[in-house]
Amino acid sequence: MTSLAAGSRPTRTQPSELVGARLPRWAPVAAAVAGVVLALALKAVLGWTGWLTAFFSAALLFVVVLTGWSFRVEGRRRAKDRLASTLIYSSFVAALVPLVLILGYIVVKGLPAFNADFFTHSMNGVGSRAGGGLYAAFIGTLEQVAIAAIIALPIGLFTAIYLVEYGKGGFARAVTFFVDVMTGVPSIVAGLFVYTFLLLGTGLRPFGAAGSIALAILMLPVVVRSSEEMLKLVPRELRDASYALGVPKWRTIVKVVLPTALSGLITSALLAIARVAGETAPLILLVGYAAKINNNPFHGDQATLPMFVWDQLGKRTGNASDFGEARAWGAALTLVLLVLLLNVGARLLARLARPKTR
Amino acid sequence: MPETWDRVAADDRAADPRTAEAELLAEAGEHGTAATEALTGRLAGTAGSGASGTVAAPTRRHGAAPAAAPHGVSITGRSTRVGDRVFKGLAAGSGGLLLVVMAAIAVFLIWKALPAFSGNSGNLITTQAWRPQSSPPFFGIAAILFGTVVSALIAMLVGVPVAIGIALFIAHYARRRMATVLGGIVDLLAAVPSLVFGMWGLYFLVPNTRGFQSWLSEYWGWLPFLKNTTATSTAQYGQSLLMAGIVLAIMIVPTVSAVTREVFLQVPGETMDAAWALGATKWEMVRTAVLPFGRAGMISAAMLGLGRALGETIAVALVLNSGFVINPHLTEPGGDTFASTIALKFGEASGSPKGIPALVFAGLCLFVITLLVNSAARMIIARRREFTA
Amino acid sequence: MAKQIDVENLNVYYGDFLAVQDASVNIAPLTVTAFIGPSGCGKSTFLRTLNRMHEVIPGGRVTGKVLLDGEDLYGSDVDPVNVRRTVGMVFQKANPFPTMSIYDNVIAGYKIAGTRKSKNDFDDIVERSLRGANLWEEVKQRLNRPGAGLSGGQQQRLCIARAIAVEPQVLLMDEPCSALDPISTLAIEDLIAELKASYTIVIVTHNMQQAARVSDRTAFFNLAGVGQPGRLVEYDETSKIFSNPSQKATEDYISGRFG
Repeated sequence: MTSLAAGSRPTRTQPSELVGARLPRWAPVAAAVAGVVLALALKAVLGWTGWLTAFFSAALLFVVVLTGWSFRVEGRRRAKDRLASTLIYSSFVAALVPLVLILGYIVVKGLPAFNADFFTHSMNGVGSRAGGGLYAAFIGTLEQVAIAAIIALPIGLFTAIYLVEYGKGGFARAVTFFVDVMTGVPSIVAGLFVYTFLLLGTGLRPFGAAGSIALAILMLPVVVRSSEEMLKLVPRELRDASYALGVPKWRTIVKVVLPTALSGLITSALLAIARVAGETAPLILLVGYAAKINNNPFHGDQATLPMFVWDQLGKRTGNASDFGEARAWGAALTLVLLVLLLNVGARLLARLARPKTR
Repeated sequence: MPETWDRVAADDRAADPRTAEAELLAEAGEHGTAATEALTGRLAGTAGSGASGTVAAPTRRHGAAPAAAPHGVSITGRSTRVGDRVFKGLAAGSGGLLLVVMAAIAVFLIWKALPAFSGNSGNLITTQAWRPQSSPPFFGIAAILFGTVVSALIAMLVGVPVAIGIALFIAHYARRRMATVLGGIVDLLAAVPSLVFGMWGLYFLVPNTRGFQSWLSEYWGWLPFLKNTTATSTAQYGQSLLMAGIVLAIMIVPTVSAVTREVFLQVPGETMDAAWALGATKWEMVRTAVLPFGRAGMISAAMLGLGRALGETIAVALVLNSGFVINPHLTEPGGDTFASTIALKFGEASGSPKGIPALVFAGLCLFVITLLVNSAARMIIARRREFTA
Repeated sequence: MAKQIDVENLNVYYGDFLAVQDASVNIAPLTVTAFIGPSGCGKSTFLRTLNRMHEVIPGGRVTGKVLLDGEDLYGSDVDPVNVRRTVGMVFQKANPFPTMSIYDNVIAGYKIAGTRKSKNDFDDIVERSLRGANLWEEVKQRLNRPGAGLSGGQQQRLCIARAIAVEPQVLLMDEPCSALDPISTLAIEDLIAELKASYTIVIVTHNMQQAARVSDRTAFFNLAGVGQPGRLVEYDETSKIFSNPSQKATEDYISGRFG
């Protein structure tokens, strides 16, 4: 006990300016209930249709009720604060709800298509009947994404090395700027470019690797950006230590900088691959579609998972059937699982190998 | 390893009058390597042992050939300088290749779009139709431009405030552990392929929002753009520009909120303390300290989202029901964008002389628009960097 | 209108960690009270509980009472926003709002609360506050320039002007001079002596000469050991603390034997 007295305590007189009238803790819940009840009443009385209508009007009424109540009891500033908090919390809900719905919906629609045949058979000769599978498409996606990675990863990594280790002056600034601009190139434009450059007027027919080039163009800026960040994390002292030993710059980069940043670089490579694996638009123009297995990415139409979905939805030829739709959802679910797996893997790797210093 | 160093130093002493230098170098090398090893090990974590091993390799080699000393004393210096030159060439060449690709995109799109400028019985810009394969060809981008801009604007109006709200929630409202988890989920969602968003939009959102759209038209129809003038029953609502815009909004939210979140997290604690200490409520603190600090970041994030919404292909191609007319009533079905037109009209285009050039021209327009939007975003970011530095 | 502060048996926590244990202090109106002690002893943390700034930090909470003229700041119906309006604070690092001009920084308290006043009223407040912070003559020609463009000492006085512009009754200062050169420090110390006529001031300082120069009473905080909570060891007239402290630990600290 360390009470040490000084002076006498004045007695409390008039009501204090410190006290602010506050709504009870249960106020938001009460306002929410009021909002829902009001919305349902309006829906019933006025004959509104649709669950979304009720949801939106309930949310709106909740905000109005809570803010109005707060304004009466707590005053303008508190009411504004409550309004802002409510909007910020509900924006989060507003974003999570559709995203959960999307993932839930695709699982529900896609899982029934999953069976052993689905993963081990192509669509050769299946047509609109039941059966068949995405084996050919899976092979195509793997090959095309792998080729895209083989093209984009070294170029991207070297560009990042240039920007971090060598880059100064106008050329480096130009590269940085155009990497940023390239990030914004729509995928369909990348596809169209490869089409005009490779297929249009050259007599070449669509083939798998043509799609890979477009995917590589889309991957490139992502690889450069993220590798750049990873290389920047390697501390200067490490490079200095190596230079002080008389090690030439390029060997310092190869033997010191890159190994140190290795896990980060793998992470960024995986994220870049994940980004393009689900890309559909350029493939529509470049790789065609084949029902049967084509293991050669350099010759002939080749199926891919996105194009498989596109075809089964009837978008490629203009006619669809129920069986086709079920297979489309199955393939879409496979694609989502593939992409999420790559992402989760990349992030786990990044977490495991994150430098502890900071 | 010490034996190696000793031997090297001894050899040098015998062979070269500049022994002292070599010895010093060798010694420095030994200490330096130890330091490097420690650092590398600590930083690289699991990869540490491998990395330190490789660090040692070149130093040993240079110990054996002190020629590679940085002062250019040695005879074999040239070979390493060649290595440096080759490596730098590769690095700069990769950067250059990137510029070449960007230039090639522009050149090929312009070149291959040229035939679209002639033999068109419509006006390339103002015609609301897309029939390049008819004879005479009749096409123009007016309706497509309208659809692209309007759907992207709806996506911005709906998506950006929500994304900023999420960013604020994660950065300043949620508890820290929850914020980390939620941030991770939002990042994951940015990776979901657009095809999936489109399928969900077409098969789930559109059927389930017919009632909502008719409600909008009925009760908010005094706003002309929400009025549906053609539908006589709820079933006739559906694949409208409004829905395309909302699907796009859902798609850009993860990207935009990830960028803004990073900016909001960088707001200095002292500035927030200053607002708190003046008796700010939480919102007043956010408005005084967080939002002004993040303004440039928010603008550029919104522009990035806009760029993505403008160029999105598959989701829009699935959700929208083509029409090629400028229709200001956004709840009425129909609408096209540059990207969706290219994807949907490609199949029938290759048979006619003007089909492909017309689509390439559409691609060129899209390319130019996204280029402008993205450049603007980058310039805003760059200016902010100058401002804070 | 300066007020008296009475702290009764206050425990300050970060989550489950007890940072300051069982501290009681009575601070009379219109006095300067200095908190001294080694780093990490909780004196800044304790200071932040006097205007409920501590709870801004995630996990920050207290038990016990802080009475302002007899009214508990942690009472159930007390609004922390109003508390911070009544008890102003100046921080270790000068923190003018980087996006605001000097003028807007001074009236930030009103701007934040959305208080509407005429341009003339605001002009008066700005001039009075900047004069009160001994900064008026230096900045009156450039009130519309960014506050972040001033020197460190000027920025700190701008922050003081900002704090007194809203007419608080108590002013808390958390090592206000630790980042300043001796001349700026002197300017701030002179300012504290003037402000004492209108405000109850509590200042945390690492500089014992400063505590001796500016304060009427001094509280010495100390750590019982590593991982232990900080404690209030001794609280008395500044002259007594520095000449004839009753605790051994206080004497050791002020004579420079540790800390």
